[in-house]
Amino acid sequence: MKKTIFILSAILVASFSFAQMPEKFVKAMEAKVPAVDTTVSVQGLTDLANSFERIAVAEKNQWLPYYYAALCNATAGLMIGSGGDIMVAKADKTDPYADKADMQIKKAEELVKNNSEIYVVKKMIATLRMMGDVMSRAQTYMPEAQAMLDEAKKLNPDNPRVYVLEAQDKFYTPEQFGGSKEEAKVLFEKAQKLYETFKPETGIHPNWGKNQVAYFLSQYK
Amino acid sequence: MSAFFYVEIFQILENKFGLYCKLLYVWCPKARIAMRPIIQNIFLILLICFPDLLSAQTTIAGKVTDKKNPLIGVSITLKDTYDGATSDSSGKYSFKTSEKGEFILTATSVGYRPFEQTIKLEGKGILTIDIVLKEEVTELSAVVISAGTFEASDRKRAGVVLTPIDIVTTASANGDVTGALKTLPGAQQVGESEGLFVRGGTAAETKIFIDGTLVNNFFQGGAPNIAGYGRFSPFLFKGTVFSTGGYSALYGQALSSALILESIDLPERTSASFGLSVLGVNGGYQELSKNKKSSWGGAYSYTNLGLAFAVIKQKQDYSRVPVIHNGDFNFRIKTSATGMIKYYGYFAKNSFDFTEKSIDSLGYFDRFGLKNFNTYHNITWKEGLGKKWKMNAGLSYTLNEDNINSGMKDADKNEVLLSGLEFKTFKLDLDGNYFNAKLVLERRLKGISAIRFGGEYNYSDQKSIYTTNNGQQYPNRLKENVKALFAETDIYLTNKLAAKIGTRLEQSSILDKTNFAPRFSLAYKVAKQAQASLAYGIFYQNPESRYLPSPNNLGFMKATHYIAQYMKVNSVRTFRAEIFYKKYENLVKTGILNSQNSVAINNEGFGDAKGFEFFWRDKKTIKNVDYWISYSFLDTKRDYLNFPYATTPNFAAKHTASLVIKKFVQPWKMQFNAAYNYASSRPYYDVRFDGSKYYFADMGKVQDYHNFSISFNYLPKIGNPDAKSFVVYVLQVNNAFNMKQVYGYEYSYNGLRKEQIVPPSRMFVYIGAFFSFGIDRTENAVNDRLF
Repeated sequence: MKKTIFILSAILVASFSFAQMPEKFVKAMEAKVPAVDTTVSVQGLTDLANSFERIAVAEKNQWLPYYYAALCNATAGLMIGSGGDIMVAKADKTDPYADKADMQIKKAEELVKNNSEIYVVKKMIATLRMMGDVMSRAQTYMPEAQAMLDEAKKLNPDNPRVYVLEAQDKFYTPEQFGGSKEEAKVLFEKAQKLYETFKPETGIHPNWGKNQVAYFLSQYK
Repeated sequence: MSAFFYVEIFQILENKFGLYCKLLYVWCPKARIAMRPIIQNIFLILLICFPDLLSAQTTIAGKVTDKKNPLIGVSITLKDTYDGATSDSSGKYSFKTSEKGEFILTATSVGYRPFEQTIKLEGKGILTIDIVLKEEVTELSAVVISAGTFEASDRKRAGVVLTPIDIVTTASANGDVTGALKTLPGAQQVGESEGLFVRGGTAAETKIFIDGTLVNNFFQGGAPNIAGYGRFSPFLFKGTVFSTGGYSALYGQALSSALILESIDLPERTSASFGLSVLGVNGGYQELSKNKKSSWGGAYSYTNLGLAFAVIKQKQDYSRVPVIHNGDFNFRIKTSATGMIKYYGYFAKNSFDFTEKSIDSLGYFDRFGLKNFNTYHNITWKEGLGKKWKMNAGLSYTLNEDNINSGMKDADKNEVLLSGLEFKTFKLDLDGNYFNAKLVLERRLKGISAIRFGGEYNYSDQKSIYTTNNGQQYPNRLKENVKALFAETDIYLTNKLAAKIGTRLEQSSILDKTNFAPRFSLAYKVAKQAQASLAYGIFYQNPESRYLPSPNNLGFMKATHYIAQYMKVNSVRTFRAEIFYKKYENLVKTGILNSQNSVAINNEGFGDAKGFEFFWRDKKTIKNVDYWISYSFLDTKRDYLNFPYATTPNFAAKHTASLVIKKFVQPWKMQFNAAYNYASSRPYYDVRFDGSKYYFADMGKVQDYHNFSISFNYLPKIGNPDAKSFVVYVLQVNNAFNMKQVYGYEYSYNGLRKEQIVPPSRMFVYIGAFFSFGIDRTENAVNDRLF
């Protein structure tokens, strides 16, 4: 019975949420949102980010397209910033992406306050800033990234993406620096479990990250 | 530093994740979930496409360029619709739209001015619109006005040269800001006295500014032929601009060089720290408020060189080893998104007393004792005033008291007065009060062009009492007001060409004179990462206060700088070459007046300095190794003070070079640093007075200077984000090969004997451990080694 009420209310909430969104908008978003989880090239992500930004600018009052645009820009920046020498600053290449993502996530935040998903992207942006010049920025942006993650967790302890990011940090940090594959596994499993119960408000609300978890967990086999 | 691993994360992510996804879709039966989005995509595309086949559509296509080259990743949008595209690797774009009527087509890309064009859609056919974007003048892409300047900070631009971490990990720097700057071209390897000797200038010709205001007594008091250390930790500063010439009109009273230090903003977290070393103990606390809008903190350190001097034999015999009590306090308040008030207060008490073999009388000893008290307070307020205006205001106050005791002692260390050498026994009590104020207003003009103007006021009140061996006192008091007005404008004509034009008007109350100093520099971007710059400027400075007040009518000393620079910078390599000419006029000449030595008699000294410099920093060629090389060639002559004619002064070496290497070995958590500094032989002189004029009674050249220093930092907890405390162990060996270093020669009073001026000890070893709690403050702790 409880479950039925829950599902019913979920449907109600979902339809209410959709009700606030024009059909054309939902359709356009539905066409783009799944690509967030499957696009792995910088060009592809830039393309996607631009598409979301177009929708965002045309709609003006929807936070989701701004959110996705910021997410895609941050991910593209992280891809560019990856690799190479640790001593080498790449800020000239990565900062334009961070700037763009930052601007977009701020606009999203103006439209929806205290949202865990927004802080997930903010964590990614802080990490991206740091990667621009690890040597001189780690001191500032490491704690900021952590603070954003903590806030995301506080706002929604059941947001699986919080644990995906946390687990990835653990996974790739060398053990002598406090990383741990085992601790990462626990976090990935926690995320996986949360994905089972996590119900996005609508089909176009954030629900990405499942693929990544599956990939990481496959590494343990 | 604790975040190196991130680079690896994404390296692996990029390499493996992309491949993984491809594999997953092809092979993995579990990947159906992952496939769903693609199926959905196809489904949706069909859905969207099918009605599109029936309805009328216009295709808009074209190419985006910057006139010459295709632009990638430009977002093209049909305004107020969802329709648009992103330009591909050849700059081409294409999209379809069902809209009809008049619409605005926009194209946007970071670094370019937005493009807009009204188009008419008729619901059929192909509309070809080629777009040309114009570059936007931005701080990121614009040329940097840089002649004569080393900018060292985490600014977004690529001109970064030295960061605070670079400073403390420079093996020969001893954790001292100026120590690290001596490895850059332009500065001399002068070890017998503190300060920066830049391009043939004396240390007094370099002025140091914190947050815009002048700092008096930047260095701890030294002794004759022993250099004092800088008082301030490199970690107080987020940015360092070291100008070796041609600097901005915002700064004055320095003939050669300006060192402009910008203090840090709010700390990241509340933290406490503690350190222990062979030189002493220190502790500190910083608290960041919950809303992260303000912070306060303080630190205290106690330094006692007794232990170090017991192990490492010193040339001097200390009856009182150097002991320094040092405390500071700070608060910072964020007043708005762009505004901040910062206060930093410092006090230090320093004392020592030693004897060393007297050059004037065999079997006797010279005694030198110093007690110093210094307190420095600096408060600054920066604030954005509306959209276009910015304000920077600063006040600073310094009180510095020195009590110097000079005399002679016999073999049993009893005070003696030797006939003919009575003048060596004296007391000198100095009491300096300094007050500085500065206000700078900035108005942004078109693009990133800006105009800045404001005023500066420097007040000093210096009292001294000279007491001779028979108790006769000679008090002196010098009050001085230097007022300045300045204006400067940065004009960015294009992204490639910029000019800085400034002027400075200064009035000195003690000289009762006014000067007018124009400054001009030009920068041109010759290629994407390369630029050429020119700088010209006139610089004035008062004669040093020890020559004031003068019975003669003295005026400002004057230097004119001409600098040409070529610089090529990218994120991994920096190359800088500079050629300069500096003309000195109106330098102070000294003479004997009423049987008093070293009295300024006129302003008729002159001189020049010319040379070229290279700097090369490379973080890429050798993996995980960061190194830099600098070389300076200097040809300078001057006729100043008691010189009988113009010649190369004793602080100027013709060739100066440095090699600095750093390597962090991640698995060992060890940082290895090494530095080699070289200076060719410097001249030395014995200037004597024959009753009517000065002459060089003796002269020569000292041997070349070599210094090889190494340091190791062991950071066992680095990168562990869960650690509650952090620790750094430091081992540093200065002059590791124990090479003999000679700075010059000193002469006995009668001129019959000369002796080498050498450092107090050849080699110096430093060992320390630093702990911090609550935050990864490992880098900060590395620094606290300085004394």
